[in-house]
Amino acid sequence: MDLINLSATELKRKILNKEISSKEVVECYLNRIEEVEDKIDAFITLNKDEALKAAEEVDRKIQNGEEVGMLSGIPIAIKDNISTKGLKTTCGSKMLENYIPPYDATVIENIRKEDGIIIGKTNMDEFAMGSSTETSYFKTTKNPYDLNKVPGGSSGGSAAAVAACDVPLALGSETGGSIRQPSSFCGVVGIKPTYGLVSRYGVVSYASSLDQVGPFAKNVEDAALLLNVLAGYDKKDSTSISREKVDYTKRLKEDIKGMKIGLPKEYFTEYVDEKVKNQVLEAVEVLKDLGAEVEEISLPHTEYALACYYIIANGEASSNLSRFDGVNFGYRSAEYSNLEELYKNSRSEGFGEEVKRRIMVGTYVLSSGYYDAYYRKAQEVRTLIKNDFDKAFEKYDIILAPTSPILPFNIGEKIDDPLAMYMSDILTVSVNLAGACALSVPCGYVDGLPVGLQIIGNEFEEEKILRLAYNYEKNRGIDMKIPSLRSEENGL
Amino acid sequence: MISKVEIEHVANLAKLKFDEKEIEDFTEKFSEIIGYVEKLQEVDTENVKATYQVNPNIQLMREDKVEESFSNEEALSNAPDKQYGYFKLPKILD
Repeated sequence: MDLINLSATELKRKILNKEISSKEVVECYLNRIEEVEDKIDAFITLNKDEALKAAEEVDRKIQNGEEVGMLSGIPIAIKDNISTKGLKTTCGSKMLENYIPPYDATVIENIRKEDGIIIGKTNMDEFAMGSSTETSYFKTTKNPYDLNKVPGGSSGGSAAAVAACDVPLALGSETGGSIRQPSSFCGVVGIKPTYGLVSRYGVVSYASSLDQVGPFAKNVEDAALLLNVLAGYDKKDSTSISREKVDYTKRLKEDIKGMKIGLPKEYFTEYVDEKVKNQVLEAVEVLKDLGAEVEEISLPHTEYALACYYIIANGEASSNLSRFDGVNFGYRSAEYSNLEELYKNSRSEGFGEEVKRRIMVGTYVLSSGYYDAYYRKAQEVRTLIKNDFDKAFEKYDIILAPTSPILPFNIGEKIDDPLAMYMSDILTVSVNLAGACALSVPCGYVDGLPVGLQIIGNEFEEEKILRLAYNYEKNRGIDMKIPSLRSEENGL
Repeated sequence: MISKVEIEHVANLAKLKFDEKEIEDFTEKFSEIIGYVEKLQEVDTENVKATYQVNPNIQLMREDKVEESFSNEEALSNAPDKQYGYFKLPKILD
């Protein structure tokens, strides 16, 4: 039995039935990581000994007939900007190369409480600023479908880890598409939950009004399982919203007859690769056959979303990243003769180029004389973008689009051209600005590379987007094989 | 085009420093990005309110009571330099 090809839900069943132990599962995945890691480079830190210990504890509980949590001994990889007590959390940066958090993020507490096994911390663009993992201080993660291509970013390590069968589940974070875009590039499922659904406590902030943590999985049901563990009110996050708990796995199988879907024409322009567009339109046909009603709609302010996003995200980042000053934690330069030099040298040596660029852009748009022209203006445009979505959701249940306008690109292709890199986010940033929820689900291959279908829902309509995604997944009629099953093509 | 002097001013505000060559490269890429975001000026936002936060929460107050927090040792566990239970920094007063 090849455990690495099983879904999290199947693993859970087998562990609870005592067909296999959690320890066997964890060992099997650790072996898999050892086997492929030098090709994929998905991880920054592995948590081998602790993971095995935690698995033994779950097995003990099962043997004793004690109650076991929702994740029942399943291994999970964690993006390296989410604080894990006692386990290095680097954010892909030299600045935090040796940083060991003295506390757990709330999402990590939730995972431990539900008996999930933290197997390691995954590579990412430095401080989540990038769309390819190439801005990581440590390494560039490879796309398991084609090792010359990027896995997407910033949560590229987590997406690649799931695609390479290093883990059945992983956590990522989003500010402008950092879960959905790598999901699309790596052929896995990834969810950006509604702003406020998942606690941000202990997640290193990039842009606080946009950031959200979300799950990666091989299929929709597994993603829903992990979302169950992540979602919930947390008094330690002042933007966390108190609502009734939902079991996201419960209504997946209900049909989608009569569901109203809007296809925004601005998401199917000449900026989107023809082949990607066609793949998404084929998915639309599948949904129509299942009884969904599809119409073209307009989200008229879409073309301003990326500019709006970069002003807001960078403005917030320049403020959030001021905490990295070489004083309390993180990198401190060896060269300084006074406090001013300590700040400047530590920050200039500790941050990489893209992070410095974004801090600079953010500082500029917030600085005296430019604040109104850029920052306030962007916040006003944000209102218009949000209004577009609110209006569309008055009439439609779902908005459907491609996740990424392009296929996974070559490593090195865009790293020297920041604007070209930013363009890969044009179809995802609006959702973060509006605070809505969305997911990416694989909808086939073009030239052997996966394409993602983006399913967008109104605030707190995760149940609905998951149901549509599940129905699509079961009926898409495409043989989606994760890379470990395509071993002849990619050497994995 | 944003001038070198402006870049140096912003770098100072952000507590970052760049050498001559970096400044040049930076000025170009920076201007390109600012040029792109200028696009927003076309949008009519007369009478449109700003959205600073999509979240409807008000800042909630909590009881002012002491709860468990980090020990001195934990709080200093990542300090680049420390002494006598404090973070250690260069002198700022003579």
